[in-house]
Amino acid sequence: MTQINNSLVKLENVGVFANDKWLVKGVTFEINKGQIVTLIGPNGSGKTTTAKITLGLYKDIEGKVQKFTEKIAYVPQRINIDWTLPIRVNDFMNLTNTSTNDEIKYALEITGTPHLINKDLKSLSGGEFQRILMARAIAKKPELLVLDEPVQGVDFNGEIALYELIKKISDTLNCGILLISHNLHVVMSKTDHVVCLNGHVCCSGTPIDVANNEKYQEIFGKDISKILSVYEHTHDHVHNIDGSIEKKK
Amino acid sequence: MLDDFFIRALLVGIGMAIVTGPLGCFVVWRRLSFFGDTLAHSALLGITLSYTIEINMAFSVFVTSSIVALILLKLQKTTNLPSDALLGLLAHSSLAIGLVVIGLLATIRFDLMGLLFGDILAVNVNDIILVWIGGAIILIVLKIIWKPLFASTVNFELAEAEGMKPEKYNAIFTILLAAIIAISIKMVGLLLITGMLILPAAMARNISDNPMQMVIFSVIGGLLSVLIGLFASLEFNTPSGPSIITTGLLLFILSLSRIKKKTQLNN
Repeated sequence: MTQINNSLVKLENVGVFANDKWLVKGVTFEINKGQIVTLIGPNGSGKTTTAKITLGLYKDIEGKVQKFTEKIAYVPQRINIDWTLPIRVNDFMNLTNTSTNDEIKYALEITGTPHLINKDLKSLSGGEFQRILMARAIAKKPELLVLDEPVQGVDFNGEIALYELIKKISDTLNCGILLISHNLHVVMSKTDHVVCLNGHVCCSGTPIDVANNEKYQEIFGKDISKILSVYEHTHDHVHNIDGSIEKKK
Repeated sequence: MLDDFFIRALLVGIGMAIVTGPLGCFVVWRRLSFFGDTLAHSALLGITLSYTIEINMAFSVFVTSSIVALILLKLQKTTNLPSDALLGLLAHSSLAIGLVVIGLLATIRFDLMGLLFGDILAVNVNDIILVWIGGAIILIVLKIIWKPLFASTVNFELAEAEGMKPEKYNAIFTILLAAIIAISIKMVGLLLITGMLILPAAMARNISDNPMQMVIFSVIGGLLSVLIGLFASLEFNTPSGPSIITTGLLLFILSLSRIKKKTQLNN
């Protein structure tokens, strides 16, 4: 799987130390073309920080980040558009690139938002804005796409559809995707590699490996892992019999 | 034709308005109006230095304002003070130092009112050349950096993540601001130059729904302010710089009647 010329970004033992504490520490993973890597973890576990390290938004970091592409698109968790700035969806779509009208139209269509093209950016609802952020990233045709909680403000059905879309983007553009999510049970069938964070990498591997990992269950509780087992239907039975998996740290 | 002081004033004013229009939009978008004020205040120091060491005034103002901008960036990174406090600190101390230096240069008579409020009617042919060539350079640079600058105005992190190098372009924009202040200080003075940047852009914001439209309206607003303001100052024998700014304010008030409705609650 790991061919050198397929690698888009490689993090080796990276961390950020700020305000007298480690925001995140000792993170290692690699994203290849066509691969979806998912970061999961509780609030404050360093998911967004790790995404920002990957994007090069931190100046002082420990460890090493190697980027092999410049064509990067970022879908942040949220951005505030200032009222002083009049800007329509159409202006926003070409913020950092020059996509053709057809590319923009296509991107708006697959995110279900072509009717918003002339709307003022600030008039959009949270869910609409999230889709526009996605559409902008798609129109850019990136090699590396970083999605920070892209389903915020999107209803459950829309959420499933959005994950289907992410899979489709990964397949059609053959780009690498770094996805941040807090609910693994929805993303797991789409993702290739999962990194579970809790200030450091507590476990990583294929979705099923992570779901069955004790440390993961310590963080998320075994109820979640039961949902996962039902979802995937390929579980082994080691972990979901009784409460014995709750081990001391 | 260029012998007529009024024609010269019109030419300089028109040249200025074309440049302050687009720059002013960025000043408003990026909430830099107080920053522009600080640079303008520091221009007084630049003017006095130009007399002290006998160098070109526009060049001296440009260098002084740029240095003050750099000091500000440095202080923002190294202190815990908020930006507005730092801006106030720099604005007033550079103004004070400028006045102190004027006091020390007792041999040279300064037209202090001229420095504070400018005298567009006193411009000569060299000033016209400075404004038009300097202005053209500023606009060309702004055109080149437009995309990354605009992206970083919309969202700094997004721009940086996608390789637009926002820090670099923010710095270039700061230098452009220092440059427009340097070339127009003689015409509108250091107390009114920020008004020339902000008023047309603020007026344009009221009647625009996209960035390009706002830039165009801002230029038109600036041109109208200069034309109406100058003719009014001739007609009513009022000071020209303040007349231009007052016209800008009147245009802003007019634009309030056509304000683009906010479609969503603020915040």
